[in-house]
Amino acid sequence: MIPIAKKIRVLIAKPGLDGHDRGAKVVARALRDAGMEVIYTGLRQTPEDIVEAAIQEDVDAIGLSCLSGAHMTLFPEVVKLLKKRKSGDILVAGGGIIPEEDVPKLKKAGIKVVFGPGTPLRDIVAFFETAGKGA
Amino acid sequence: METVGGHHPPQTGLSVAFDMPTLYGYDTDEPEAKGEFGTCGVAVSSLEDMRLLFRGIDVGEVSTSMTINSPASVIWAMYLVAAEERGIAPSKLRGTIQNDILKEYQAQKEWIFPPEPSMRLVVDTFEFGSKHAPQWNTISISGYHIREAGSTAGQELAFTLANGMEYVRWGIDRGLEVDDFAPRLSFFFNAHNDLFEELAKYRAARRIWAREMRDTFDAKNPRSWLLRFHAQTAGVSLTAQQPEINIVRTTIQALAAVLGGTQSLHTNAYDEAYQVPNEAAARIALRTQQILAHESGVANTVDPLGGSYFLESLTDELEEEAYGYFDRIQELGGVIPAIRKGFFQQEIANSAYRYQREIEDKERVIVGVNDFVVDEQPELEPLRVSEASLKAQVERLRRIRRTRDAKKHARSLDQLRKGCEGDANTMPLILDAVRAKATLGEIIDVMRETFGVWEEPLLY
Repeated sequence: MIPIAKKIRVLIAKPGLDGHDRGAKVVARALRDAGMEVIYTGLRQTPEDIVEAAIQEDVDAIGLSCLSGAHMTLFPEVVKLLKKRKSGDILVAGGGIIPEEDVPKLKKAGIKVVFGPGTPLRDIVAFFETAGKGA
Repeated sequence: METVGGHHPPQTGLSVAFDMPTLYGYDTDEPEAKGEFGTCGVAVSSLEDMRLLFRGIDVGEVSTSMTINSPASVIWAMYLVAAEERGIAPSKLRGTIQNDILKEYQAQKEWIFPPEPSMRLVVDTFEFGSKHAPQWNTISISGYHIREAGSTAGQELAFTLANGMEYVRWGIDRGLEVDDFAPRLSFFFNAHNDLFEELAKYRAARRIWAREMRDTFDAKNPRSWLLRFHAQTAGVSLTAQQPEINIVRTTIQALAAVLGGTQSLHTNAYDEAYQVPNEAAARIALRTQQILAHESGVANTVDPLGGSYFLESLTDELEEEAYGYFDRIQELGGVIPAIRKGFFQQEIANSAYRYQREIEDKERVIVGVNDFVVDEQPELEPLRVSEASLKAQVERLRRIRRTRDAKKHARSLDQLRKGCEGDANTMPLILDAVRAKATLGEIIDVMRETFGVWEEPLLY
C-alpha cells in the first residue's frame, strides 16, 4: 500500500439561507474522526464564498448541505464557479432533502454524489476518501 | 389546521410558516433570496402580501400562530395593520408569534441581529402586547428546534426553561410587572420517540416553571405559574426509508404529548423527510390527532400516569439534570454569554453526533434505516413552487415601491431609525412604517444598520 502523503482536506459548506446545520456538523465531525482535515464554513454562504474558501484552503473536496429546497439553484452554481476558477478537479458532493428526480440533474451539473436522509456516515466517509486518491 | 387540546374541544386555528427569505428579513426580490422563494413556507414581504394571505379569513374569529423569530415584530405589525384596516383592534386578536430569538442562536440559526438588540425587540413586543393585545401570545419559548438540532430530552428541557427565565429577567428589567406579561408566555416542546422520557420532560417542565415563577420571580398570579405548551411530533425522527411507518412513530409521539398534558398539538405528515407534505399525508396526520382525541380516551384525564414509580423517578431525574445545566449556564455568566461562548451550540452538536454514532453502531435501532431494511424506493410527488407566483410576487413589490407615498415612507423609516438608536419601544414605529407601506426588507435594513449583525462562533 502506498502511504497517503497528505491528509484529505474537505470543505463542509452551507450555501444559501438554510439554517439546518445538524447534518453538516455531524458529517464534518465524522470526516475529522476519519482522519481528514475539515473546514466548516458556517451558515449563509454564497456559492462565491464557498468557492473562494475552497481555493484558499486548497481542499480536495467540498460537501454542500441544503435542506431548504434551494439546492437546484445553489449546488450547480458552485461547480460552475469552480470550473471558472480552473478548480474543476475539486470533488463536489451534495446532501439534504433532495427529491429523487433532482438527483440525475444535479449529477449532470457536476455534483458527484447526492446523500439523502438516513445515509450511513461510513458511506459519506468512503466517498470523501476517494477524493484523496488523485492526490 | 385544526388543533386538539388535552381538555378542550377541537378548535380552528391557523398556523403560518414563512419561507427562508422572510425568516431572515429579506424581500423576495433581494439577491439573498435567490432560489429560496416559497420553498419552506409563504413569502411575506409587504403589508399587501399579508392582506392576500388572510383574504376571506375572519381574523377576529380565528387564532393565528406565526412561526417567525428575528423579524417577528415586523410580521406581527403587518398582521395588526391588516386587521386594523378591517376595523379589528389588536385587543380582539388571538394568536401567537414564536418570537423566541435565544433558541435561534442556540439551534435554529435564523438570526439577524446580535443578542442584545434582538432581546430588546422581543421585550418591546411583551410591553406592547400587555397594553394593546392582551389575548396575544407574544412568545412561544421553543425547545422544539433545540431537540431537532440534536439535543437530548434533558437538554431540551434545561435550555428551554433557561431561555424562558432569561425572557422574564429582561421583562422585569424593562420595568414590567411580572404578572402583566408572564401569563402570555407560552412554550413549545418536541414529542420524540421515547414515550416515558417525553412524558417526564413535560411534567418536569411544569414543575420547574411553577416553582421558579412563584419563588424566584415572585409572581403572584397563578396564571403566571402555569406552563402552557404546544407540542409537535419530532420531524427529525421521520425516516425517508419506508415512509409509511412514520405514521406509527408520529402516533406514539403524539400520545406522549397528550398524556403529558399538551395544550395543543401538531402531528407531522409521514412524507416530511422528503418534502412539504402533500394533502393526503397531511390528512392522515390530522386524523391521527382525531383518533387520539375522540377514540382513545387518553385526553379525558389530567396527568393520568402521575404516581407511576417509573415516571415519577424519571421526572425527578430530568428535573435534576435541568438544574445542573442552570448552574453551568450561571457559571458562564448567563444565557447570552453562554451563547457567545458557543456552549449550547457545542452541547447540541455533541449530542447530535453521539445519536448518529449510536445509529451507525446499531446501539440505537431505527426501524427501516439500520434494521428491518427493505430495498425499495418510495414514490412521492414533490411540491414545486411555480415560476409564475415568483414573478407575480416580484411585480407586486415593484408596484408597491413605485406607487406608495415616498415622503411618508421615508419619514416613517427615519423615525424608526431614531427609535432604534434610542430606547423607544419600536412597536409603534414599526406599525407606522408598515402603514407607510415599507417592506419587510426595508424595515429590517434600518435595524441591521443600527443594530449590526450576529456572527456565530464556528464549531462542529
